[in-house]
Amino acid sequence: MADLTTDFLGIKSPNPFWLASAPPTDKEYNVRRAFEAGWGGVVWKTLGAEGPPVVNVNGPRYGVIHGADRRVLGLNNIELITDRDLETNLEEITRVKKDWPDRALIVSIMVPCEEAAWKDILPRVEATGADGIELNFGCPHGMSERGMGSAVGQVPEYIEMVTRWCKQYYSKPVIVKLTPNITDIRKPAEAARKGGADAVSLINTINSIVSVDLDTMSPHPSIDGKGTHGGYCGPAVKPIALSMVSEIARAPATHGMPISGIGGVTTWRDAAEFITMGCGNVQVCTAAMTYGFKVVQEMIAGLSRWMDEKGHESIADFMGAAVPNTTDWQYLNLNYIAKAKIDQDACISCGRCYAACEDTSHQAIAMSEDRTFSVIDEECVACNLCVEVCPVENCISMVPMEAGTTDPRTGKVVQDDYANWTTHPNNPGAVAAE
Amino acid sequence: MTEALRLDGIRAGRLGAEDLARNFDDLHAPLTGHEALIAADRCYFCHDAPCVTACPTDIDIPMFIRQIATGMEDAAAKTIFDQNILGGMCARVCPTETLCEEVCVREVAEGKPVEIGRLQRFATDAMMAEGEHPYTRAAETGKSVAVVGAGPAGLACAHRLAMHGHSVTLYDARPKAGGLNEYGIAAYKTVDGYAQAEVDWLMQIGGISLKTGRTLGDSLTLAALRDDYDAVFLGIGLGGVGALGLEGEGMTGAENAVDFIATLRQTADLTQLPVGRHVVVIGGGMTAVDAAVQSKLLGAETVTIAYRRDQDRMPASRYEQDLAATHGVRLMFGVVPAALRGEGQLREVELSYVDGDMKPTGETVTLRADQLFRAIGQKLEAVEGLSLDSGKIAVDTEGKTSLDGVWAGGDCAAGGEDLTVTAVAEGRDAAEAIHRALST
Repeated sequence: MADLTTDFLGIKSPNPFWLASAPPTDKEYNVRRAFEAGWGGVVWKTLGAEGPPVVNVNGPRYGVIHGADRRVLGLNNIELITDRDLETNLEEITRVKKDWPDRALIVSIMVPCEEAAWKDILPRVEATGADGIELNFGCPHGMSERGMGSAVGQVPEYIEMVTRWCKQYYSKPVIVKLTPNITDIRKPAEAARKGGADAVSLINTINSIVSVDLDTMSPHPSIDGKGTHGGYCGPAVKPIALSMVSEIARAPATHGMPISGIGGVTTWRDAAEFITMGCGNVQVCTAAMTYGFKVVQEMIAGLSRWMDEKGHESIADFMGAAVPNTTDWQYLNLNYIAKAKIDQDACISCGRCYAACEDTSHQAIAMSEDRTFSVIDEECVACNLCVEVCPVENCISMVPMEAGTTDPRTGKVVQDDYANWTTHPNNPGAVAAE
Repeated sequence: MTEALRLDGIRAGRLGAEDLARNFDDLHAPLTGHEALIAADRCYFCHDAPCVTACPTDIDIPMFIRQIATGMEDAAAKTIFDQNILGGMCARVCPTETLCEEVCVREVAEGKPVEIGRLQRFATDAMMAEGEHPYTRAAETGKSVAVVGAGPAGLACAHRLAMHGHSVTLYDARPKAGGLNEYGIAAYKTVDGYAQAEVDWLMQIGGISLKTGRTLGDSLTLAALRDDYDAVFLGIGLGGVGALGLEGEGMTGAENAVDFIATLRQTADLTQLPVGRHVVVIGGGMTAVDAAVQSKLLGAETVTIAYRRDQDRMPASRYEQDLAATHGVRLMFGVVPAALRGEGQLREVELSYVDGDMKPTGETVTLRADQLFRAIGQKLEAVEGLSLDSGKIAVDTEGKTSLDGVWAGGDCAAGGEDLTVTAVAEGRDAAEAIHRALST
């Protein structure tokens, strides 16, 4: 049996599945039930400064992009940080941690960008016995208008400054949660590292308006006829999150920095992918908000079985395994040549490959009178569009050409050596191969 | 109720009103909005889709399904009606299992086609429920056309002609328009008076004057029609039913299936409609199945379809056969009626087994039968002056007959498959041909 326990910044948890700071982790009742369901850790919903708590809207907070069967593909929210008393939250955190010592319990914090505010709250959080803190520099709605959340996360200098305060006034691990609403995700990550952060977590939600009501002309969700942008999450954002994680994992300035992966993790497979991209664990929200806490059991069982099948004994065995294979376009092997191949036995003759290739790609698929579809190797550039639009899995595959054979499209012999754009004769900036 | 079921002879009231209402309810419940979205999502939007090729009216099926998927069922309905103005009825009665759904790539791949028929009904019902008629007439052309027969072919032809601005007089022998939609076809395929509602909706185009109770050859003659109108379209269907050629065919209980179905369709209170305790249906087409299943639903204790050839050659689709079987109808193959017995009232039918060449094997079987329905196909009642082809009106590819200015389509015309949907296609195409002829 694979060992799913993780040691993230010295914080141990029985599995790499943490609930992200969000509505599911707003109070003791939920967090206890999450731990009972099997979640390895919880990041408590973001605490604000002492004083009257924030208030939320009293109308709809969520909007969704649905698939045909109302499958939740993307979730947008305009909820703020916790709207409960700081003291109540701290008391509950203390009680829960005491009762669940084997689970990770992290406290998310968002207070104004003033040293006094952080200096005030950090000792009180420390007193709860929680395992660490996560700095919410990510929420793109509401709080950002007040100079917090993503307003901080978009200014690397602020990140560095606040992180430094936290390291000064708090003794346990500090995780900086990053906003994706920024051009280059490496910069805030670098700032966090400079400020002394123990890890980064990403991504927070993405600025979004999921839809407009065409009758009322109001964005959805609508509060009395008006809407505002929210934060987007769920399966739709996974590719964006995975890419941003990969950039931090690859950049020399942040390489090796522990990462907690967030963004559309819905299944064990998503989690495994984030871990291969360098994450030490993952945080989940939308999947739980859609299906309830029980989904973690699928994730645990799936990841464990996959690890057994692959011979991975621990999470560390495959952590970061995909990072070396993630590169810049310029280093891709231009001598690698493939051709699409259609399995005629599997083909159901829908013709989608033909329509896609003929109308929008390279006119490399032929259609016969009897609806047999075949690849024209002379035209095929192996773009993969046909593979992706084919409704039958594995019906169309990309078959690499053997070295020494001739590519009928170019008339050139396939080389078995590696050659990329940096040395290509068409590249004005090419460097001569030595 | 058990008692009424076990009474011999042909009797009304074998089942109570509640049972009958349940039995004759919609065969397929309409899709709800969400079900339609899920069903529509299964369509792959195939290139040059096989379903379109298989549709006799060439409805752009992937397009209308995509329109449903994007929440525009009215646009979907328009896509359907552009090709098939009786798309609502066809959605209910088409043997989709041998047409569009048979060739759906998902049928080929998974044995589960996209539910094209039900989706088509969803779209067409939505537009009709709103009372929208999406077509307007072109300016009056001053030309007049007589359309004889207000069944699917005649209705489709009349609508298309009216749309082009011609003035149409639509004749029908029966009291109501609709043809087999109104008088044929099992009741559970077209519930809640759909056939009439569809006719009323179709007539909204304007320019069509309906005259019922007018039969060709009786109060109407083709010669007079040719004189009085600029063109004539015949969609008169098939009137005559062949006899079995057995002694005793005049006994009470020996009836034509089409008459039984027509009576059933026009009976408001089915508790008043008599049916035999034991019923035998002779034939193997859709009419045989419709008569058999409805007999069973009325409360007949045993119902047998006796078909002369083997199962693979049965004209009713396998789906229809299964429908009959699941309703408790027994299907017999390779049997022909050999003798009818009874004294005034039919009591028994003797069937003779036959081999592949229709030669009796010598073996016979006798079935109890209070009622026997002939569903052995219908014949054209001859129309003077028209050339025939295999017993039907000879037509060219555009529906033109051997007489100038006379077109024909639907079951009465040669070719085609005697389906509602082919009748619609023929009526529509003949209308276009007539329009071209009148425009030159």
